[in-house]
Amino acid sequence: MIDIAQVRRDFKILNEKINGKPLIYFDNAATSQKPQVVVDALLNYYQQINSNVHRGVHSLAEKATNAFEKTRETVRGFINAKFTEEIIFTKGTTEGINLVARSLSKISLEKGDEVIVSAMEHHANIVPWQMVCDEVGAKLKVIPITLKGELDLDSFESLITPKTKIVAVIHVSNVLGTVNDIKGITKTAHKHNALVLVDGAQGIPHLDVDVQDLDCDFYAFSAHKVYGPTGIGVLYGKKELLEKMPPFLGGGEMISEVTFEKTTYNELPYKFEAGTPNIGDVIAFDSAVNYLKQKKEENIVAHENELLEYATKKLKEIEGIKIVGESDNKISVISFIVEGIHSFDLGMMLDAQGIEIRTGHHCAQPLMRALGIEGTARVSFAIYNTKEEVDIFVEELKRIVGKFARKK
Amino acid sequence: MSIDQKQKEIIEEFQLFEGDKESTIFHLMEIGESLSPLEDEYKTDKYIIKGCQSKVWLIAECKDGNVNFRADSNTAITKGIISLLIRVLSGEKAKSIVDADLYFIKEIGMGNIIGTQRSNGLVAMIKQMKLFALAFHNNEPAMSDLKLRHTRSND
Repeated sequence: MIDIAQVRRDFKILNEKINGKPLIYFDNAATSQKPQVVVDALLNYYQQINSNVHRGVHSLAEKATNAFEKTRETVRGFINAKFTEEIIFTKGTTEGINLVARSLSKISLEKGDEVIVSAMEHHANIVPWQMVCDEVGAKLKVIPITLKGELDLDSFESLITPKTKIVAVIHVSNVLGTVNDIKGITKTAHKHNALVLVDGAQGIPHLDVDVQDLDCDFYAFSAHKVYGPTGIGVLYGKKELLEKMPPFLGGGEMISEVTFEKTTYNELPYKFEAGTPNIGDVIAFDSAVNYLKQKKEENIVAHENELLEYATKKLKEIEGIKIVGESDNKISVISFIVEGIHSFDLGMMLDAQGIEIRTGHHCAQPLMRALGIEGTARVSFAIYNTKEEVDIFVEELKRIVGKFARKK
Repeated sequence: MSIDQKQKEIIEEFQLFEGDKESTIFHLMEIGESLSPLEDEYKTDKYIIKGCQSKVWLIAECKDGNVNFRADSNTAITKGIISLLIRVLSGEKAKSIVDADLYFIKEIGMGNIIGTQRSNGLVAMIKQMKLFALAFHNNEPAMSDLKLRHTRSND
């Protein structure tokens, strides 16, 4: 069983006070806090081995390159990719999706083709596809959602046609918490020769992701949501696809030979990593992945699920609160609406008590429209959150709701 | 009461909360509730102040050289903020509004209460109010679409 008190000691920020109150951090779906091992790794990099990677012949460059490439291998193991060169370092989930959309559209998207996304996508998995569809004259189709906040998979089956080239779906909804059946979606898509990209930003912190088992063609995620540094992310892609795809950005690192007449490109993964990468953060990410791996072995999933169930039950007891997203297969986030109180106002009232939650449309405006709401308040949990924190949050929420009610 | 006097009054009023964030926010909300309602016909994109996270609709009228503002918002705190601005600026001469130094915002620690993003929205509100006033002052037909009306007592 996981020892939460011990886990909390790994995150110094949890001792901070916000507006004079102990910090309760419930905005983990936006970004997680970083354990000391990650902070230390970042510091060590700059204090001991800072050097540019890959081309240097000196010892420092060798050390930095080895550490940098070690992360790639760690990530490969973490998501069970077949080959290390299938792991591309990006700026984050958004860049990963843009990379695939841009590059893939050049070789496999033509006028009249179709790209399918879902109604619960984050803007990061809508806009890049919209952009390339506009450019080539392809059509963007949308899988609708059910009242419970799950993908309507029957509709998906009927949406997909021989013209469908790409299906891009979110693994876990950042608003609803719904876990989508990626394996099933992939099976259906592959039957119709369509490729599948998964936005894994919210999936990777909570689920055991095995890309070979999922069989998806691309899986993109960010380091900062899995206890790693901001500014880096990972794009997994099947080797045979990545090899066929043209580079996304041009510049240093991604070339084999450059003349003014013609440039030949470097091999995978470097073909897709133009310019000096974010070396320090990639190296520190190794510590984050190892930290998370260890916590997953200690069964943090059970702890997070317990918090989710506990908080959901308590929230439902408060009059005037409606939970948005009630899938049976749900993790880590609870979106809710309080009757008569705008989520912005609620967020600020909770902040005054040191409780940090997210409010608004959560970068999913089409989903908000589909649900017929303007926004929600959202709490999202991580390994270091406790039942006691949930209790304090629920008490404060009750008090605020009561205060509003008395005014009326 | 002059713009200056009104500001001093607000500063005094907010001192009662001794920097307690929740009481201050709650007071802002209460101020917002006393704002006279804006008709739905004005709650459209045409009257919206750009740059605010929340929706804020603002209209202005000028009577005998005095500018009157009316506004509404979809969130309670923002409604409180625009109410404060209206309390300070509404009914004043266009030129005084344009020239007004709104020091009360800093004095009451508004930035700390509402945070940076909402502070940007606050700046957008002030800018829009001053733009209206400037248009009246210059007697411009500019923004004539935006419920910008010159009237005289005998109109």
